[in-house]
Amino acid sequence: MSAPRQHPLANVDWLTVIVYGIFVIFGWMNIYSAAVVDANPSPFDISQEYGKQFMFIVISSFLAFLVLYMEGEFFNKFAILIYGVFILLLGLVLAVGTTVNGAKAWIQIGGFALQPAEFAKIGVGLMLAKYISNTKTRFNSWKPRLMAGLIIGLPAALILLQPDVGSLLTFVAFILALYREGLSGNILIIGLGAIVFGVLSIITGFNRIDYPYFGVQSGVYILMSIVFVIGFIFMILIRNFVVPRNRKKLFLITFLSTVAAIGFSYSVNFLVDGVLQKHQKTRIYVTLGLEEKEEDREAMLSDTETAEAAAVSSKKSDDPGYNARMAKIAVGNGGLIGQGYMKGPMTKNKYVPERWTDFIFSVISEEWGFLGSFAVVALFVFLIVRIINMAERQRSQFSRFYGYCVASIFFLHLLINVGMVIGLAPIIGIPLPFMSYGGSSLIGFTLLLFIFLRLDAERLSVFR
Amino acid sequence: MNQYDGRKITIILIVCVIAIIYIIRLFFLQVVNSTWKEQATALTEEEIPLYPPRGIIYDRTGKMLVTNQTVYNLMVVPKKVGAFDTTSICQLLRIKKEDIDNLFAKSRARGEFHRPQLLVEQITPSDYAAMSEQLYKYKGFYAESRTLRVYPQSVGALFLGDVGKISPQEYKKNPYYTKQEYLGKSGIEKAYETELRGVKGINYAFRDNVGNIKEHAGNKEDMPATPGTDLVCTMDADLQAYGEKLMQNKRGCIVAIEPSTGEILAMISAPTYDPNLLVGRVRGHNFNVLLNDVQKPLFNRATQAQYRPGSIFKLAQSLTALQIGAITPETHIHCNRGIIGCHGNHSNDDLEMAIVHSCNPYFREVMHRMVEADRDKSSRFKDARLGLEIWQSYITQFGFGTDVHSDIPGVKTGSVPGVAFYDKWYGKEQWAFSTIYSLSIGEGEMLVTPLQMCNMACVIANKGWYVGPHTVKQIGLGGSPREEYMKRYQLGIDSSHFSTVINAMEKVLQPGGTAARAALKDIVVCGKTGTVQNAGGKEDHAVFICFAPKENPKIAIAVYTENAGFGGTWSAPVATLMIEQYLNDSIAESSKPREKTILEANFLDR
Repeated sequence: MSAPRQHPLANVDWLTVIVYGIFVIFGWMNIYSAAVVDANPSPFDISQEYGKQFMFIVISSFLAFLVLYMEGEFFNKFAILIYGVFILLLGLVLAVGTTVNGAKAWIQIGGFALQPAEFAKIGVGLMLAKYISNTKTRFNSWKPRLMAGLIIGLPAALILLQPDVGSLLTFVAFILALYREGLSGNILIIGLGAIVFGVLSIITGFNRIDYPYFGVQSGVYILMSIVFVIGFIFMILIRNFVVPRNRKKLFLITFLSTVAAIGFSYSVNFLVDGVLQKHQKTRIYVTLGLEEKEEDREAMLSDTETAEAAAVSSKKSDDPGYNARMAKIAVGNGGLIGQGYMKGPMTKNKYVPERWTDFIFSVISEEWGFLGSFAVVALFVFLIVRIINMAERQRSQFSRFYGYCVASIFFLHLLINVGMVIGLAPIIGIPLPFMSYGGSSLIGFTLLLFIFLRLDAERLSVFR
Repeated sequence: MNQYDGRKITIILIVCVIAIIYIIRLFFLQVVNSTWKEQATALTEEEIPLYPPRGIIYDRTGKMLVTNQTVYNLMVVPKKVGAFDTTSICQLLRIKKEDIDNLFAKSRARGEFHRPQLLVEQITPSDYAAMSEQLYKYKGFYAESRTLRVYPQSVGALFLGDVGKISPQEYKKNPYYTKQEYLGKSGIEKAYETELRGVKGINYAFRDNVGNIKEHAGNKEDMPATPGTDLVCTMDADLQAYGEKLMQNKRGCIVAIEPSTGEILAMISAPTYDPNLLVGRVRGHNFNVLLNDVQKPLFNRATQAQYRPGSIFKLAQSLTALQIGAITPETHIHCNRGIIGCHGNHSNDDLEMAIVHSCNPYFREVMHRMVEADRDKSSRFKDARLGLEIWQSYITQFGFGTDVHSDIPGVKTGSVPGVAFYDKWYGKEQWAFSTIYSLSIGEGEMLVTPLQMCNMACVIANKGWYVGPHTVKQIGLGGSPREEYMKRYQLGIDSSHFSTVINAMEKVLQPGGTAARAALKDIVVCGKTGTVQNAGGKEDHAVFICFAPKENPKIAIAVYTENAGFGGTWSAPVATLMIEQYLNDSIAESSKPREKTILEANFLDR
């Protein structure tokens, strides 16, 4: 069925476009503030980050309109091709990529560097959407679950090889989108349980305990023993006190959960202790409050001279908590109304690390205060909820699922990036959508969003 | 529509819950908790102190006594130091390689690697000029200017006092200073520290993450420094210099005060030293040398040495006895040398002649009549308690046993033993006049400082009052002294009682008097000698106090020469030469032989 041909820009959700515009312009302003140190040079100076960002904004806007003028059908038809191209790029980056901050994540093209991981999410989203809309699966059997896992897992594995833990983590977003399409809710509960249990494992594993007969070992064995004892008690209770027809099933569940919990606990501990590099390990410890003890902070505050000495002398290299602490101090320094645009002492004096990329939210918080940081978080929530609502009004499952992917990806970036700045998540280097400096991420997020806006514009005329 | 449509709500809920948690966290970080702001301020803000120039000190005639000189401190920020040629910079700065290495190690240990460290202190302007041409080549090294005190007249070291680095105790007591600051340690520099130092200013600046200082763009306003107040001190530099010359090769002191104002004209504690020795890089070394000198040049004998006053104390005794009616000027007392020794040829003097002859038995009896006057007839022990209390109340009015209301830091009070003292020593009602009679001639447990002796001379010159002896005449050029130095302390002794004592003091310098040889031709000097005995067979201390002229006195002097001998021989000429210098501005030909004798005398080895 085909509707009369309309103007391509008809039915585009302009409110979302305006929100996008606000994010991009406000981000650019703050990149300027973060990168300009002394005089006030032209914001269009192409040799500087803010000048380049302006260029990226122009390119993104051009691409956005290009997408809006395309047929939405294109993205459905060529989803597999797009997915394939991005997988190729991810493979290519492993072969010819440049290494920055320990991750081989960049392909150098002329003066610019492309980060394929920022685009791969679009391919995965389209591919998953295609698979779901084609099979109409509800994920109640193992085959579609495995397929979805493969579609997500292939690029994720390639990213892990770089290794870029941050980008990898954003792939968790797809689980949320899949949940909407029928993936068991248990996976969210198991996920949450895994997080809680994982944190417990890391905290107990952080301690070294002198066991009788076994010598000094990780404290995680205490946790594992407790789980075993609780599981054992439950199994005995079930065997004796539960009505016989439920007995077998419950016993099995308890037995499997106990074994899984003990195994998970051991694996997490093994991963943190044995596999992760030292700096990643410390980041996790810092986030969990294991490295920077409360009394140290109080001692620091009691004597400002020592405080500044401690804060300044300990740089990134010799103090893993430095970035996290500087980011938090900058946020706290914002107060209610902020220090004023271009006037943040922590920003202007270069204390905030990576301040125009991953820590742009620190800059915003210091210079615009709680009002500014609140507004940014609130606007993101608005955008995410708006996209979810738009996704719900799609007639095609392809568009709906893709919309959920977009919303979930934005949500996960917000969750990790802002969480890291305010000390609720480990320091994981992923950008704040639309606001962090960076061509790949801005263009990637723009395409991600505008493909959905294109699909949404055709919601009335297309049945898939 | 399918069964999973409700999951939209779940997902939106998850998003909102996370957002709310984050917003609450932001609210606590930014609005509720202020510790982050304090940390940010501590990190990013630097208060650069601006040190004002210290006040200049002039003498009473307008001569500059203390002024400032610029020197340079060589600083280094270890973090900013690049690769450099160690040998050449060590040569340039005249330091050893270990000095730099040690400083770097120390600053690293203290966590101050990014902060400026003091490498070489107090480089003179000429040395600095030679260095500055090369210095720019070495990254991280720079010079900071400071001011030092200089003493153009090289006199009055203890009078003026010195300036030194703040001690940990002073730092704890006074929040105005930082740990690196300098402040007055003694003399005028200490007493008038707040006036001299001015008020520090503050430049607010930003410090970036590697320690660079940048201009402040914030809203805190810089405070300019207020320069220190200049002072005109009471000293007459020529008189002070002359006194220091007279006291060369001697241990002792001279205090000269203008009686009508309490202004200290000169205060010499011998042996003296050049105040410029305790300035700058040489200070540390010289301070130790002076501190360990057996003659104790750093000890201000004029205000801190507590001596037995000897015979000069008979003046205060006379006045007290007259006031309480124990004697009259006509009272004759037999010179009974059986109990206490005497000297000279006299047998039954009245008060005036007893002062002139310094008759010990006379003043023993005077004390007897003051202390045991049958105020309590039941017991002579109780009687002596009552009498001593009355006596003490008068003697302390002269400034004895008190700080004489002086502005000099660290003055000693001496001691006027009273009832409590003897009760503690001998037990209550275990002592009477016979136990304590050596007080009557200024011996025994009586202790006074030369400043107090001179103050007594002022009291007599003024016939009954004094102004607290002070060192600063004008705070700010043309200003006033501190308020307490514009008021008189009136003694409870009638002015009519003074004429007998003054006449007697006049006769002391007339033929037949104990200081006749020190008399001046054209100036009537009223004085009293003293010779204080010393334990251990050492030579006696020579004491002399006087004022001049007799009418309308302009100067009162106390001279105390340790282990010199007879007061009339060794201290009186010093006093009268000082008077001549001060009143006539020159030494008459007739006084020259006397001056020569004094200058040649050497009592240091005694």
